[in-house]
Amino acid sequence: MVTLYIDDIQVSVEKGSTIFDAAQKVGVYIPTLCHHPELHTFGGCRVCMVEANGKLVTACRAPVTDGMVVRIDAEGARKVQRMVVELLLTKHNEDCQTCVKDSNCKLQEVANYVGITPERMAMLRRSVTEVEIDESNPFFNIDRTRCILCGICIRTCEEINGVTALDFGFRGEHTAVVTMGNKKLAESTCESCGECMERCPTGALARKNYERPNREVKSVCGYCGVGCGIHLGVRGDRVVSVRGDKDNPVNKGQLCVKGRFGYNFVNHPDRLTTPLIKRDGELVEASWDEALDLVASRFKEIIDESGPNALGGISSARCTTEDNYVFTRLIRSLGTNNLDHCARL
Amino acid sequence: MAGLATVLGSGAMTNTIGEVEDAKAIFVIGSNTTENHPIIGYRIRKAVKKGARLIVADPREIRLADVADVYLPLKPGTDVALINGMLHVILKEGLVDSEFIASRTEGFEDMKAAVEKYTPEYASEISGVPAEDIVRAARLYAGADSATILYTMGVTQHTSGTENVLSLANLVLATGNFGKPGAGLNPLRGQNNVQGACDMGALPGVYTGYQPVADDNARAKFEKAWCVTLPGKPGMTMTEMFHAAVEDRIRAMYIMGENPLLSDPDGGHICDCLEKMDFMVVQDIFLTETAKLADVVLPAATFAEKDGVFVNTERRVQRVCRALKPRGQSKPDWEIIQLLAQKLGYDWNYESAEQIFDEIAELTPSYAGLSYKRLEDGGIQWPCPNPEHPGTPILHVGKFSRGLGKFSAVDYRLSAEQADEEFPILLTTGRSLYHYHTGTMTRKTEGLNQFHKEELMELNPEDAKALGIGEDDIVTVTSRRGTVRSKVHVTDRIQPGVVFMTFHFAETAANLLTNSEVCHIAKTPELKVCAVRVEKA
Repeated sequence: MVTLYIDDIQVSVEKGSTIFDAAQKVGVYIPTLCHHPELHTFGGCRVCMVEANGKLVTACRAPVTDGMVVRIDAEGARKVQRMVVELLLTKHNEDCQTCVKDSNCKLQEVANYVGITPERMAMLRRSVTEVEIDESNPFFNIDRTRCILCGICIRTCEEINGVTALDFGFRGEHTAVVTMGNKKLAESTCESCGECMERCPTGALARKNYERPNREVKSVCGYCGVGCGIHLGVRGDRVVSVRGDKDNPVNKGQLCVKGRFGYNFVNHPDRLTTPLIKRDGELVEASWDEALDLVASRFKEIIDESGPNALGGISSARCTTEDNYVFTRLIRSLGTNNLDHCARL
Repeated sequence: MAGLATVLGSGAMTNTIGEVEDAKAIFVIGSNTTENHPIIGYRIRKAVKKGARLIVADPREIRLADVADVYLPLKPGTDVALINGMLHVILKEGLVDSEFIASRTEGFEDMKAAVEKYTPEYASEISGVPAEDIVRAARLYAGADSATILYTMGVTQHTSGTENVLSLANLVLATGNFGKPGAGLNPLRGQNNVQGACDMGALPGVYTGYQPVADDNARAKFEKAWCVTLPGKPGMTMTEMFHAAVEDRIRAMYIMGENPLLSDPDGGHICDCLEKMDFMVVQDIFLTETAKLADVVLPAATFAEKDGVFVNTERRVQRVCRALKPRGQSKPDWEIIQLLAQKLGYDWNYESAEQIFDEIAELTPSYAGLSYKRLEDGGIQWPCPNPEHPGTPILHVGKFSRGLGKFSAVDYRLSAEQADEEFPILLTTGRSLYHYHTGTMTRKTEGLNQFHKEELMELNPEDAKALGIGEDDIVTVTSRRGTVRSKVHVTDRIQPGVVFMTFHFAETAANLLTNSEVCHIAKTPELKVCAVRVEKA
């Protein structure tokens, strides 16, 4: 263990920890834009600058040493932080109200921390250069007027799902997050999982047609056999979002394109909403009683005429375990083991 | 599953998804993991970044092949030859785990004799994989401290499906890769609750927890619990039921949440069977292609509208929670089944999914320790025999469910259909990242359609040139059972002589072409190989 002092608070952490880790341990806030707990450290934003043993260092990269004296709010550090944030703001889209990340934005948080005055802002802000929003992906946009070049999306694509569809392109003030060959997102190798969008600290990678849910319900994804934990976002009588459950041991919050964005079927107008009975070759609406009476009487007739083995039941790998259990109970109770589901398909 | 049950004593993923990340070697065969199990695909790529060696065997150069140490482009249906070739190398080079073989297995000598003739050259001749790559793959797999095998339907959907699994099990047994972290033999199950449906005995021959219907004690237990007399003879599989329908031996069917018209092989035949049926009930969330043929259609609730559990591919029982009330008059499936049971004169009174689950736990030893309360945080992996048991992440630690692990002597045999003059190309099928099965759910999301709105049959440039077919051309694909029209995507990710189609699109129903010949043990149909002819439309 290594012991150090952060603004006179004594803290002991594992050897190899950073100043940022140590500060987190004692609940001391250090602003940052490019740090993400699930990703490798980048150290690119310079916002976490602190003074350690009299020298300016980035807290997210600097390893702790025994007896180290850290001053978070040192004059030099404040200057660097303010300059970085002001430079970012000069090029940043100022329309916060229409941004999906409004009030949940890291840049707002950090700007608020360093204290940007309206006068400074008015002096600094240039109109944002015309940059086309990449709207090619059906689920999320890249709006580079809101990008702070933290690289979290790039690291997410490489470290979380291993696709590596994004990287920094161009140089100097033209630096931008791009796909290979600067193609539109939808034409790139991107697999649309949305992991980058989930981690984007600003509104640069933003969900299309976003509707904030009124409430969330913890459940399990209904697609493949991986069984990812999810939070279903509900607004009124519709599912409007799906978010990975970070506490679930299977997916640790991660999802794929189907799981995250493929929930529309739940709300779809083509859903069956009443029982149907075939009359003169046409399926027509019926009440539950009519439909179930018909099924019961036809099953009984056929069993009476041809025995229970003239009946077969196909259960479903899409339904719950409980649904399957009662289905098998019914079919077997009727006297047949002609029972299967799509396990082999 | 039948294969695994024979040699190990139970058929399920032996290890957990989380362990994949820490495996030292990963052998992916017959699984397009990044598209069909994307989150496990993420774990594989992460493992590779951490230094794991990756071996990928697939007729298509799937995206995982891009990051593999060895890619083995085997011809469809030649799995046993390839795996026996690897085993041959492992035995010849002494890469086996002798202590494991001696203490925990039986039948080694028989297996050894069976693989003797599968020199890398002979295996190469059959599978089309270069002999030196078979040797490399064998050394990478056997040389790792812990090696895991991940497979799916690319291995099982063959007339030799069970043999394919048995030969994989040989590989794992020979190298001692059972019962430890980062290892094992892991079938990745395709559907959200296929494990749960199997566990519940939605199969012809077993009750919950794989208790045989033919076993008098098991049957007596369920007769008592359900207050009925139960038949002791195993019933028919789905494919057998469809065949029987043609001969009038099956006259009525109750189909819940399945769309066999598109998902099952030889769709034309299935259509005939369903139309022949005297009475068919379909219970679903949409009016599927199958539902349109039904006499009665019952509207069911989606997973977002009901309570229950799903069991994932690693045997983890997890809670599904109701977020919305069911649409219109639709109802959770169990409620519909109960209403029907009451109409049929049974005295059923389940008041909640939880009450049903408690009954399942009472009747099922491997679920005995489970309850909704215990499943609140992240689920529990069965077997979980009592309320204090933490669940079982890794199977076969120290001892196999059947005692000793059994080697099998497995020989390669031909798929039911081979390419010939009339049908010179092999069709193999699968799924894409953007859609799920017959597209009933995913095609309702516009964004997913943007990425994949129609079938794009994959065709090798060599074959395309010979047939005078170009990118986006429309072709007819004909097998002995039917014809479909499809758009073409020319790509060298598919090998010459093979084409690939999904079965997501009703208008290009690939399963009109596929063969319903089944594996004689597991009864899995040979969806991964059938002979077709491709012509410019």
